[in-house]
Amino acid sequence: MSIQKTYEEINEKIRRGEAVVLTAEEVSQMALTATPEEIAEKVDVVTTATFGAMCSSGAIVNFGHANPPIRMEKIRLNGVPAYEGLAAVDTYIGATACDPENPKYGGAHVIQDLVDGKDVELEAWGKGTDCYPRKHIKTIINKETVNEMILFNPRNAYQNYPVAVNSTSQMKYTYMGNLLPNMRNATYSTSGELSPLLNDPEMKTIGIGTRIFLGGTQGFVVWPGTQFNTSKPKNEYGVPVGNSATLAVMGNLKEMSSEFLQAAYYEKYGVSLFVGIGIPIPVLNADIAKNVSIRNEQIETTVCDYGVEGAPALGRVTYAELRSGEIEVQGKKIRTAPVSSLSKARKIAEILKQSILAGEFEISKPVQMFPTNTSLKSLKER
Amino acid sequence: MKMQKKRYVLKFPPQSGDQPFSYHLVKDFDIRINILRAEVWPGKTGSLVLELEGTTTNLKNGIAYLKANQVSCEPLNKKITWDHIRCISCGNCTAVCFAGALQMDPEKWELQFDPEKCIVCELCVPACPLNLFKIDFRE
Repeated sequence: MSIQKTYEEINEKIRRGEAVVLTAEEVSQMALTATPEEIAEKVDVVTTATFGAMCSSGAIVNFGHANPPIRMEKIRLNGVPAYEGLAAVDTYIGATACDPENPKYGGAHVIQDLVDGKDVELEAWGKGTDCYPRKHIKTIINKETVNEMILFNPRNAYQNYPVAVNSTSQMKYTYMGNLLPNMRNATYSTSGELSPLLNDPEMKTIGIGTRIFLGGTQGFVVWPGTQFNTSKPKNEYGVPVGNSATLAVMGNLKEMSSEFLQAAYYEKYGVSLFVGIGIPIPVLNADIAKNVSIRNEQIETTVCDYGVEGAPALGRVTYAELRSGEIEVQGKKIRTAPVSSLSKARKIAEILKQSILAGEFEISKPVQMFPTNTSLKSLKER
Repeated sequence: MKMQKKRYVLKFPPQSGDQPFSYHLVKDFDIRINILRAEVWPGKTGSLVLELEGTTTNLKNGIAYLKANQVSCEPLNKKITWDHIRCISCGNCTAVCFAGALQMDPEKWELQFDPEKCIVCELCVPACPLNLFKIDFRE
């Protein structure tokens, strides 16, 4: 008899305090001696996590109306431009936004300052209308004064990501870190066998409505992320060997913590935001148990030359090789370094595990699954 | 006699650029020196990062000789500060640290800094996305 559990059965166990929860790293170890059937029988939920720089992130903020009111048609938060085309006092502050005069402080820093409860200067301009007569406002806001602040990230938690190297004779400054000339280093980004979408490669349990850990609180998967791509080549373990699926996520920024939401500045690149995401995967059957058992030596990704236009592929390596500190590409040994935090990802997976064990976090069945046949368009100029 | 090896940052006042300090360290105090980095501007200040190896007594006397000649000499690890409380252990600094002073602990994947391997190349300073490294190499 093959095991088949329902979301509700697992939630019942969580409520009774009887659910068995492991992190994705723990279940990968267990799989060395247990079959997928045995794992499906014993384990109810597996927690996955990642903590990496995710540029496609930002926050929706509603400031409340001043008296007299203003229709904000140009908005600056600590000097950083925020989007002005959302009614009178709503805005969206993108993580990568910045004032070119002050490129090291951007939207991600504003978001972190808001999360930390710091005061932020709001300056806005409007043309003045009959219902919004005011033309200028300069004041101070913080997380207590605003109505809502909602983290809404259109593209997070990439399912796999390329390894970056640089074959040119010049240093290259990228979002994958500073790449030394002549392929003297290689950087990689995902948390490997702990990474959310690598543990559910076909997204059988992750979809619209999945409750997740986001930035220190509970959030949700609200849509497939932008650039969601299911047509990347897969290896023999069913894992795409480059960046493929993504998630759009949302959560209450007021409840988040800068321990799991960290602003970053990359030299000669710009601002980004480290986002902590944890996703529970219910072990409904042996198929899912097999997927969550994947190990670093079974997850491959593509090495790309970021020094050359189009970042051509140079080879394929496993996460076990990447974590060993050295990979071999085209006969050349290259030192590796991560650019996303595995120690933070582990912490998130453990927090999520403990909150499920404590009955504070229930799993949710997606209200709709993701598309299964998407590809990626490039921008054709005409 | 027990030999010691340690890295120091030396700073020279403008008037001392023409004096052969390294020669005296070797000849008078039997100290092996390895120059890791040098910035000497005649008539202005100069800085040297040196690895000094010698007996405890010789090192102590050699450093006293430098100080008596207005050359400041401080252990390298006091010249580099890293805000480890705020560090998220992303690993970006380890990518550029070819000297191997900054490495990820292979078990915990937390950043480890070994000042004895640092050659003060300063590549970690701009590589840190949180700007957590401060190096006081010059003034």
